[in-house]
Amino acid sequence: MTEKTSEQAAPTGGGQGGPPTSFLEVRDLRIHFPTDDGLVKSVDGLSFKLERGKTLGIVGESGSGKSVTSLGILGLHKGGRARISGEIWLDGEELVSASIEQVRRLRGKKMAMIFQDPLSAMHPYYTVGDQIIEAYRVHHDVSKQVARKHAIEMLARVGIPQPDRRVDSYPHEFSGGMRQRAMIAMALCCDPELLIADEPTTALDVTVQAQILDLMRDLQRDFNAALIIITHDLGVVAELADDILVMYAGKAVEYGPAEDIFERPEHPYTWGLLGSMPRLDREPTERLMPIKGTPPSLINVPPGCAFHPRCGYTDRTGGRCNTEVPELVPTAPGHLVRCHLGVPERRAIWENEIRRNLEST
Amino acid sequence: MGTYIIRRLIGAVFMLIVVSMVTFSIFFVVPRLAGATPMDMANRYVGRAATAEIVADQAERLGFNDPLVVQYGRWIAGVFFGAEYDTGAGVEQCPAPCFGYSFITRQPVWPDLMDRLPVTVSLAVGAAVLWLIGGIATGVVSALKRGSLFDRAAMGVALAGVSLPIFFTGIASLVVFSYGLGITAPGGSYTPFTENPVEWAYNMILPWTTLAFLYAASYARLTRAGMLETMSEDYIRTARAKGLPESKVIVKHGLRGALTPIVTIFGLDFGLLLGGAVLTESTFSLNGVGKYAVNAIMKNDLPQIMGVTMLTAFFVVIANLIVDLLYAVVDPRVRLS
Amino acid sequence: MKKKSALAVTAVGAALALGLSACGGGGASQSQGGGESAAAKHTMNAALENVFNPSDKKGGTLKMAISEDWDSIDPGDTYYALSWNLIRIYGRPLVTYNPAPGAKGRELVPDLAESLGTPSDDGKTWTYKLREGVKFEDGTPITSKDVKYAVLRSLDKKTFPNGPTYFNDWLDLPKDFKSVYETPDVNTDQAIETPDDRTIVFHLKKPFGGFDNFAALPSTIPVPKDKDTGTKYREHPIASGPYMFETVQTGKQYTLVRNPHWDPATDPIRKALPDRYEIYLGVNADDLDNRVISGDLHVDLAGTGVQPAALGRVLSDPQLKERVDNPTGARTWYIPIVPDVKPLDNVECRKAIIYAADRVSLQQAYGGEFAGGEIATGLMPPSIDGWKRIDLYPTGTGDLEKAKEALAKCGQPNGFETTMAYRSDRPKEKATAESLQQSLARVGIKLNLKGYPTSDYFTLYFGKPSFVKENGIGLGTHGWGADWNDGFGFMSQITDSRTIRESGNYNISIKSPEIDKLIDQANEETDKAKRDELWAQVDYKVMEEAFVLPIVWSKSVLVRPTGATNVFVTGAFDMYDYLNMGVA
Repeated sequence: MTEKTSEQAAPTGGGQGGPPTSFLEVRDLRIHFPTDDGLVKSVDGLSFKLERGKTLGIVGESGSGKSVTSLGILGLHKGGRARISGEIWLDGEELVSASIEQVRRLRGKKMAMIFQDPLSAMHPYYTVGDQIIEAYRVHHDVSKQVARKHAIEMLARVGIPQPDRRVDSYPHEFSGGMRQRAMIAMALCCDPELLIADEPTTALDVTVQAQILDLMRDLQRDFNAALIIITHDLGVVAELADDILVMYAGKAVEYGPAEDIFERPEHPYTWGLLGSMPRLDREPTERLMPIKGTPPSLINVPPGCAFHPRCGYTDRTGGRCNTEVPELVPTAPGHLVRCHLGVPERRAIWENEIRRNLEST
Repeated sequence: MGTYIIRRLIGAVFMLIVVSMVTFSIFFVVPRLAGATPMDMANRYVGRAATAEIVADQAERLGFNDPLVVQYGRWIAGVFFGAEYDTGAGVEQCPAPCFGYSFITRQPVWPDLMDRLPVTVSLAVGAAVLWLIGGIATGVVSALKRGSLFDRAAMGVALAGVSLPIFFTGIASLVVFSYGLGITAPGGSYTPFTENPVEWAYNMILPWTTLAFLYAASYARLTRAGMLETMSEDYIRTARAKGLPESKVIVKHGLRGALTPIVTIFGLDFGLLLGGAVLTESTFSLNGVGKYAVNAIMKNDLPQIMGVTMLTAFFVVIANLIVDLLYAVVDPRVRLS
Repeated sequence: MKKKSALAVTAVGAALALGLSACGGGGASQSQGGGESAAAKHTMNAALENVFNPSDKKGGTLKMAISEDWDSIDPGDTYYALSWNLIRIYGRPLVTYNPAPGAKGRELVPDLAESLGTPSDDGKTWTYKLREGVKFEDGTPITSKDVKYAVLRSLDKKTFPNGPTYFNDWLDLPKDFKSVYETPDVNTDQAIETPDDRTIVFHLKKPFGGFDNFAALPSTIPVPKDKDTGTKYREHPIASGPYMFETVQTGKQYTLVRNPHWDPATDPIRKALPDRYEIYLGVNADDLDNRVISGDLHVDLAGTGVQPAALGRVLSDPQLKERVDNPTGARTWYIPIVPDVKPLDNVECRKAIIYAADRVSLQQAYGGEFAGGEIATGLMPPSIDGWKRIDLYPTGTGDLEKAKEALAKCGQPNGFETTMAYRSDRPKEKATAESLQQSLARVGIKLNLKGYPTSDYFTLYFGKPSFVKENGIGLGTHGWGADWNDGFGFMSQITDSRTIRESGNYNISIKSPEIDKLIDQANEETDKAKRDELWAQVDYKVMEEAFVLPIVWSKSVLVRPTGATNVFVTGAFDMYDYLNMGVA
């Protein structure tokens, strides 16, 4: 399969080739896994940037490559079977070419991660305290007592009551929300500058979701960290994110300020995501408009626009969708879209067909 | 926890009594049901030229003429209160726990068992150390390097280890290492640990290795499977995300998670081994509980069979209890009730 | 007398043979042969008729081992050939077998007694005089009373169930005597008299010419009354021979050291060469063979030959084969033909079975020429004094014509159906039964094979007449070894129909008043030659009446020790003599 690879679209400028000015900058990241069935292109030419104190939401269905991206930034694919290319610049340091050991030292300290399901993401055989202490002591040469005190402080910080007692509890003795708070405490214990939250609220009740999101917003402000929230649910990032990157089949299909994405989305996939977003401000009985079909196999990505088999507008581009991979191009300052539809046409469809539909009901 | 243990111990005693009844039935009741008279039973324990009178005398001496309930009652009473035995020239005391007197060697069973237990314990402990180290290490490396040459070679050897019988590997290794190269002790060598620990280890090294090889094989496979499973768990990813060095991720998080089923199986394996490593002891001519059991069964020595069965059952029951307790220690999610 | 059967599952044997031939070939060349004199060159059967490596060199430790254990080291409670052979290193019976190779080894010579027994004219009283100056291991002089006590205590079969019962059967005991323990005060002089400390007189119920063989039984080894502990005496039998027990670990190990109170001047037959004996019990049988071959051990005490695993290797390696002695033992493997089961009550039907049997195939089932033995033509083996070859039946692959003739005479021209028992855990016997099943089918005799466990074979199954009759078992596998090598020692237990009891019988098929009469005549005969002749007649009668189908006179493949002196196979036990073996 041939395709164009020049994906140089950085949303808000920024020079190519040299160390960037942004805190985090990802350039043309590709993460491919060779398997017996073929090459899995989980991430295929992804670029974005993020400043301290800002939040980026990466949105997509499962299998779109968003989690692989986050693990790639953390360097967790290093030394494995994955083939990684591109650049990841974190505070002036390039991580793709850095050694495993170098990245390990950054992990947990400079960049940390909050995982989706805290029950499975925490070791069932160690107490919550032990796991936080361990995380702290990897990067800080302190005694167990000191680390323990720090762990208790962190637990208090994330709002766990009686932290001096709960520190000795096992993960299964916590409620779901408390576990996620503990997970956050663990991630934050080394004062990271980049925090990646992978579906941080998916496994939680709706009310608890809101609490956790509030907590993360507060903490981000306090720590002044750069935050990446990975989710399949636009609702989660609606209030949190400054920028939103919509991923499909390993590629960014739309990338821009949160306001643009919610108010003026231009990619049919984004429309689909908006349509399938359950919102607290709407009646729950109303029908959602799910995207028909299933995400593509990352081994045999459909030719042309990867989304075309599920897209309702392919007939309006004269067959280009089926053959030609669209470029990610700016449609407004800071707003990039990867679609063959003409800009006026997209905007017209959004205003006249989609938006009305979303709001009328 | 305390009441749990007490409850389990009471259950264990009950269990042992049931085992004793079943064993007693198999060896005493079944032949009777099959039509054997007390005389027929006694006939096993007399010389080749015994007359009917001699057989009748033996039947009387061994108590076969009494109702089966009385015979069992006598046996169980001996266990709790001791018994007395006629030596012809006088009466000998067999203090509790008296598991009876061998019909053939005329020795009380209990001291014989206690005499042989150290051999079996030596064998089991040494072999267990070897197979745990060897099996787990091999399994871990195999799992981490899945599909590598090492993995395939190790699993091939493991399959061989599980399939090859000890009486083959044992005799072959004796021929090569003891009689050929002369670097290990010949069969039947045993020095008590308390007498000379170095000689003890030297004498045991071949039996240990042979037995350990068999178990290491299955433990390697078990560890490998367990590691493959745990290493793909979410908490391993978390551990890595914390920035832990890979060695710590593997041992502290991966192996710790994979260890639980191994602990369980090890407890049972070890308990059973304490009841006698029959084939190893026979192959290496070690006078342990296992060989005692074989001998007892071959000679139909009922009191010995009863004694050795009870000892084995005791170890298995205790091992079960310890495994259950250990399980709660190893996995904090397990509650004892 | 029991001989330990060389049993091993053949599959195991085959597996081991493979393994050993692959990796153990060097064992034989590593013999510690340094001590053997230049003249002592190993050749096959070198120790059968001659003493191999004769020497008077004292010292060293003789190492022996056995794969199981034997009944007891108590002289009053033992019935194993190896035990009767070995026991003489620590105990002295009144008379014993001449320590010499071959047939000379069957001669009786005085041991504790000064000479062989002196019978009274009627053959009912036998007198022995003890040698002077013989002492127990504690220095106490041995008197005739110690011999009397030893014999009397061995009569208590409740306490000592294992030994033979010859003295119980033949001594003229008072009616109220039960045992030395239960009735210690009953006067037993009517059975055994001790007129002085050196004289002992045995009184029999009826005449018995071969009493010297009784006097050679281990139960005449003296036992001091004040040291007798009943069943516990086996924990330390008091020595009268040149060695005494240092340690007794039942089922594990015996060690013997020199008895300081043994005086060679009182003992013309013993050399007493080693300083020490180490006897290991319960050694893995295959390992034991390997250790004897490598020289790590001197002797397999069982004396029944190597295991199947080592057999192939020993017979195929020319160097090892030189070390083989292949004696014929006083043991016959045979198949009783039970006249209680129809139509075998008819002698012609019994003959038909013998005619139709493939004798060569049966020999193969027992291991062939070397390990199995010679095809037997009669019940009595050739090493029994007085043996005569009987040529009533062909010994080839079967004479089907004669078999059919016999069937016709029996009134079963088309054959018949019967059941054959065998010990299911003995592969050789299973093979035997299958061989016979095939060869008899050639003349229309259909065999149903039934396997039974060895441990209860005689007590519950093939040795229990009621079971045999109810289940119509016409044939079964069987083997018998001599208590000692004369007609009485081999035949008396398996041919006398009057000994048959409720269960546990070894005589299953031989029921003939004529034979019983011959046995009585033989017992009364004090002239050995005439006695032997009568037993030969018993053998002939058994074959004439077709009571048994003999298979082989057993042979064993013994591996001659390296590093030992005075090695020879004694005709008394058909294994190496343990009395005078020394360490090179």
